[in-house]
Amino acid sequence: MRRVAVVGVGISKFGYRPDVSLPELAWEAVKEALDDARLDAKDIEAYVVGNVGGWSSEPLPAVVVGEYCGLAPSSGIRVEAACASGSSAVRTAYHMVASGEADIVMAMGVEKMNESPTPTVVEFIGRAGNYFWEFENFGLTFPGYYALHATAYMNKYGATEADLCEVAVKNHYYGSLNPKAQFQKPITLEECLKSRYVAWPLKLYDSSPITDGSAAVILASEEVAKKITDTPVWIKAIGAANGTSNLSKREDFTGLEAARLAAQRAYRKAGIDPNEPVKYLDVAEVHDCFTIAEIMAYEDLGFAKRGEGYKLAREKQTYIGGVIPVNLSGGLKAKGHPIGATGVAMIAELTRQLRQEVERGRQAPIKKGMALAHNVGGTGHYAFVTILSL
Amino acid sequence: MSTVIEKLREYLDKAEAEQIRQLDQLVAATGLPVYKDPKTGALVWVDVRELRLRFQLSVNKIAKFVEGLSQERLYYTVCKRCGAKYFPPQADCPRCKASDMEWREVSREGELITWTVINVKPASFAHNKDYVVGIVRMPEGFNITAWVDADPSALRPGMRLRLVVGRRPGENYITYWFRPAQ
Ligand SMILES: [Zn+2]
Repeated sequence: MRRVAVVGVGISKFGYRPDVSLPELAWEAVKEALDDARLDAKDIEAYVVGNVGGWSSEPLPAVVVGEYCGLAPSSGIRVEAACASGSSAVRTAYHMVASGEADIVMAMGVEKMNESPTPTVVEFIGRAGNYFWEFENFGLTFPGYYALHATAYMNKYGATEADLCEVAVKNHYYGSLNPKAQFQKPITLEECLKSRYVAWPLKLYDSSPITDGSAAVILASEEVAKKITDTPVWIKAIGAANGTSNLSKREDFTGLEAARLAAQRAYRKAGIDPNEPVKYLDVAEVHDCFTIAEIMAYEDLGFAKRGEGYKLAREKQTYIGGVIPVNLSGGLKAKGHPIGATGVAMIAELTRQLRQEVERGRQAPIKKGMALAHNVGGTGHYAFVTILSL
Repeated sequence: MSTVIEKLREYLDKAEAEQIRQLDQLVAATGLPVYKDPKTGALVWVDVRELRLRFQLSVNKIAKFVEGLSQERLYYTVCKRCGAKYFPPQADCPRCKASDMEWREVSREGELITWTVINVKPASFAHNKDYVVGIVRMPEGFNITAWVDADPSALRPGMRLRLVVGRRPGENYITYWFRPAQ
């Protein structure tokens, strides 16, 4: 297998975007990535689009986006791994380059969730578990699935709603420093605690928003990367795993088994000691679709011991200067969560973090030269852990 | 009248009626299904082609489960070759590749593992009051996800719940749920 580098990245403005169509939204990120790599659309040999869809009008987004962005007639496909579709796009593109099939491949993610009204979006995401056994008769919602974990976690370890809200406060703070973020206002702990319940014990401010957005990363083989950039960021490892579709088939609701497995696989490949991963990492982007997801991520990734993840939040150890800075982009919580784009945006953000070119106030000190992206699809239905290095 | 199917359609039609009327007025007045988004001023084309979805799901291989419901019983499957137990019931055993299953009735009491209250509902459940969904550990060794008919503040992990199979009030079709055991 060949080494693979990220040589160009782009992210659209995230948020409510009725000002652009799906392909126009994709182009914002694609153009930025092409400019960043100083390449043209015709240089892209193949592309992979992360998109979940259903709520948006185009049933074949990859070909529509490829045509608009001038990527035709290179080869393009759409991939789906729920909220981790972006990571699966990066992984597919990585394999194409690593295997020698192509030298320059673009992974992108695009989602226009606001093409449908909110109740329809809630309906679509709620159906994204095991349809017949969870939705048809019982109407579970996406916050509902994570709330089942939150209840179990809080009952077992004594975490409080305020501990969960600490995650939201941190991510809104960093989101306020990120011009691409959907929410650019810091929030207080009280505001979070007073917000209305969406799926008890999770509240509105525990939840990521419905978002339109796109992201793109250009991957290149070592030989090509060294010709076109002085600052390649290497994809050191990608670990992937699945969980059961039906949550009732799981033994444990205090963490996500798929995320633990994906992390172990990535750590082994990257030569990271799974008992002390924070010693190797400068910064991480983790999947915080709900605040409980970030707390569980701390544990699933080995940043904290089992049952102690909420203490990292309570003690503010995941701000810059703490044990490990997490979600300096604002995370899914404040930056926004355009489902198919999220995983790609994580890689774009971490590439910029490692190159030390993000805005002041949210740039992690880069000393070890390694960063981690943790992207969960569904409620641990899919999990991807990607390690980047200088 | 008053089945969940009719009630749901009436509810969704009512929720959409105002938007549809506005769209019709817009098309009549301007000749185009186009408006300026009030939040951003962006020009938006409103799709005139509505897609209604209602899927046809096969329960052919778990017909015994459906028959069980009609008798107000809940069935799971046990692989006759290797003994693996399945709930939701499966017709095929991936463990030993056999497809020869015995159907057994699920026991009537289990222990609550975790739960939530659905406050913001999907469109197709929006006609319901807030409902509690729980995951319950059964003595057979598998878990069951279902509504819990109880005051959520009274629920505790490990609490004993009783399985009920019957016509769910307000919906009028047979399903299963839990309530606190006496
Ligand atoms: Zn078997």
